Amino acid sequence: MQAIPKRLLLGSALVLLLLALVPTLGSKYLVDLSTEIMIYVLFALSLNVLVGYSGNITFGHAAYFAIGGYTCAILLTTYGWPLIISFPAAVLLAGCAAAFVGYFCIKLTDIYFAMLTLAFGMLIWAIAFKWRPVTGGDDGFVGVDVPAFIGDRFSFFYFTLVVVGLSVALLWLICHSAFGRTLVAVRENRMRAGFVGVNTMRLRHAAFIVAGTFAGIAGALFGMYNHGVYVESAFWTESGQVLIMALLGGLYSFFGPALGAAVLYTLQVGINQYTEYWPIVLGVILLAILMFLPDGLIGLAQKIRTQFIRKA
Amino acid sequence: MSMLANPTFVFYQFMNSISLGMNMFIIAAGLSLILGVLRVINFAHGAFFMFGAYVCLSVVTYLNEAAGSFWLGVVAAAVVLAAMALVVERGFLHYLYEREHLTQLLFTFAVVLIIGDLAKMIWGVDMYNVPYPYGLDGAVDFGFALYPIYPLVLSGIGVAVAVGMWLALSKTRWGRIIRAATQDREMLAALGMNVPMVYTGVFVIGSALAGIGGALAAPRVAVSPGMDATIIIECFIIVIIGGLGSLWGSFLGALAFGFVTMFGTVIFPDWELVLAYVMMLGILLWRPWGLFGQPEEDSH
Amino acid sequence: MAAEIVLETKDAFKSFEGFVAIRDVSIDLKEGEKHAIIGPNGAGKTTLFNLITGHLKMDHGSVHFGGHDITGTEPHQVVKLGLARSFQRINIYPRMTVFENVQVALIARDGRSFHMFSLGYNLNRDETGELLQLVGLHDTADEIAGELAYGKQKQLELAISLASQPRVLLLDEPTAGMSPAETVQAMELIKQITEARGLTLLFTEHDMGVVFGIADRISVLHHGELIFSGPPDHVREDPEVRRVYLGEDYKAEDHGAA
Repeated sequence: MQAIPKRLLLGSALVLLLLALVPTLGSKYLVDLSTEIMIYVLFALSLNVLVGYSGNITFGHAAYFAIGGYTCAILLTTYGWPLIISFPAAVLLAGCAAAFVGYFCIKLTDIYFAMLTLAFGMLIWAIAFKWRPVTGGDDGFVGVDVPAFIGDRFSFFYFTLVVVGLSVALLWLICHSAFGRTLVAVRENRMRAGFVGVNTMRLRHAAFIVAGTFAGIAGALFGMYNHGVYVESAFWTESGQVLIMALLGGLYSFFGPALGAAVLYTLQVGINQYTEYWPIVLGVILLAILMFLPDGLIGLAQKIRTQFIRKA
Repeated sequence: MSMLANPTFVFYQFMNSISLGMNMFIIAAGLSLILGVLRVINFAHGAFFMFGAYVCLSVVTYLNEAAGSFWLGVVAAAVVLAAMALVVERGFLHYLYEREHLTQLLFTFAVVLIIGDLAKMIWGVDMYNVPYPYGLDGAVDFGFALYPIYPLVLSGIGVAVAVGMWLALSKTRWGRIIRAATQDREMLAALGMNVPMVYTGVFVIGSALAGIGGALAAPRVAVSPGMDATIIIECFIIVIIGGLGSLWGSFLGALAFGFVTMFGTVIFPDWELVLAYVMMLGILLWRPWGLFGQPEEDSH
Repeated sequence: MAAEIVLETKDAFKSFEGFVAIRDVSIDLKEGEKHAIIGPNGAGKTTLFNLITGHLKMDHGSVHFGGHDITGTEPHQVVKLGLARSFQRINIYPRMTVFENVQVALIARDGRSFHMFSLGYNLNRDETGELLQLVGLHDTADEIAGELAYGKQKQLELAISLASQPRVLLLDEPTAGMSPAETVQAMELIKQITEARGLTLLFTEHDMGVVFGIADRISVLHHGELIFSGPPDHVREDPEVRRVYLGEDYKAEDHGAA
């Protein structure tokens, strides 16, 4: 029986094809923008494992992005390790950090959970900030030694396309697996899930680790793309921003956060060209989403579609 | 480390710890109250703090640092922030109480973004310094050491606020209502209380406290954009340590924060912020709900 | 041949800040038995269930399942041992479909809750279908659970608890809120399923018709204490029970015996 919907396969193939063609358009700007968007898409999707599927709000997700970024950059540059080791090591460390933090946070309920993830996230920021000799402190870690084969923007674009593509596919699988279904059940009715035999704490812990790991992948990619890792990427406001991306797109669908990330990032880049007051614009957008579009863009699209179907 | 052998130095740090703690308490108390009653993590609390500092700065500058202008500034900060809080709560937050936690959290985040830029638009990005209030820029002679007056006054105000809040919460009718709200909000509605008004009241008072805390802190910190983002985290640490909604928890947490930060600077220079987090972690391992926090419903 | 005792509580005691909810309750359940617990509202029936399933911790006393002491075991582990439960207030996943509601329970039973790489679509499809067929919900499989009629939601409750393939089934007021017709249906279903699967049943009920229709043993709880335990015909005669339920002067006939 066909378990993966045909529409999904076709749609994904189309998107991948379109993306693969971007470099041929000759615009360096477009290639850069697309690379950045792909990375943020992965970041937002990783967050949604925790927020959308597991139903746990976290304001400390940027920390794992930063850990991935710093670790990969440091291993490549300070230690001169090859990418094949640095990259997985970075992802592994991000996952381990998530496992550690998750262990403490998972025992608590909503509000305490959110605050503790935030506090841990800031702890990681503080460490990055203070550990000058290793991370460069508030000057950032600059001059990342990106391997030659992905040294130019076009090859890096394709590298990102492959890594993000595979990661998203994997995330999709995880979210639609037995694990994913059970996670949703735990979100919907934690008590009942426990009473059909699910160890809800361990499950949510696993979700936390998955989310942190994929954020680490995004972070490692970004560090290399940016040729530098800056401590701001671990600050709680970054976590807030990626949360907004997920919300904008729609938390309860798999691809919602991807859409939200693409839209918000493009908007940010666009608006930053005209004014330095992006935060207030973001704040107003956020306000609008919260008051009028609680299900995000995907929710809006679904509503429109239902209206159409009814009229037809 | 050898500095610790110097009694004057220790005295200094001790007094610094207390005044920092008390200043933090005034700010964190409001947050804890809002958290305890409304169950909303108000990220905007830090932005309110910053705005309070700016308002005080404006008043003092406008009055050319005349005698009493600082205290007028503090009052102005309280008033302005109470007004802002009223608008935020009645105009928006009010409608979000029925929604999910995430919605409320992100709303307060939106407020941070908006107020932050608003402050930048009004006051620019430069750093400002608010001078000590008239007559309080001297020092007190303790015999073996001198210590500046202003931090002492600040500590006194902090203690006064703590005592005042404690009296209000335990002796007055409103206080009892608020304490009941921290324990069981549904009960409150069932008893016929005007719950929305209680919420508005708590939000306004808590935010006014943040503004006052900001104004009071102004002479000691640089007033600049970005001060909101760091203060809110420090408040969170204090509130997490103390336990949500607990007055004495915030008091102790703030003091602990003050001491760890001040003495931490000596023992592990540059890492004092990390120390505060480590302390928080330690306390949470021992008591997951904070020192005086109430365990939430079963989280299985 | 005496049937073995499959579930029992020994001197279970639970109080909430001074109020004693359950006082020294010792109940036992034999294999294959259908045991009803009745008592006025507030007698402690749901609390007793919560103590047995691990949702609440006893102050003193113990619970034993299949000969093992399970006092203090976490609910999710109690389920794995073979004890399943339905809840008095509807406790389903309201925003998931009926199908998914049951499927998740089956996935958990098979120990596959952590499998990240097996697509959810296909797992336990057939068995979910069978279970839904059994409780009569097969045609609503793709509907959102929260939108079903109350009676059907109760059936879903039952299906979810059956999915764990328990040895002992605890049903907390399975017919609460149902119309008379639905009640009869539900009663027949419960009887049928427990016979077919050889389940041991412990249930609480207010509807005496259901109680007398299913139970082969009845225990009566009053103010947290066990005041009677025995076969159905004896319950009706017991003076203590009559006093508690019917008042001292009541002399009316039985209530809807089967």
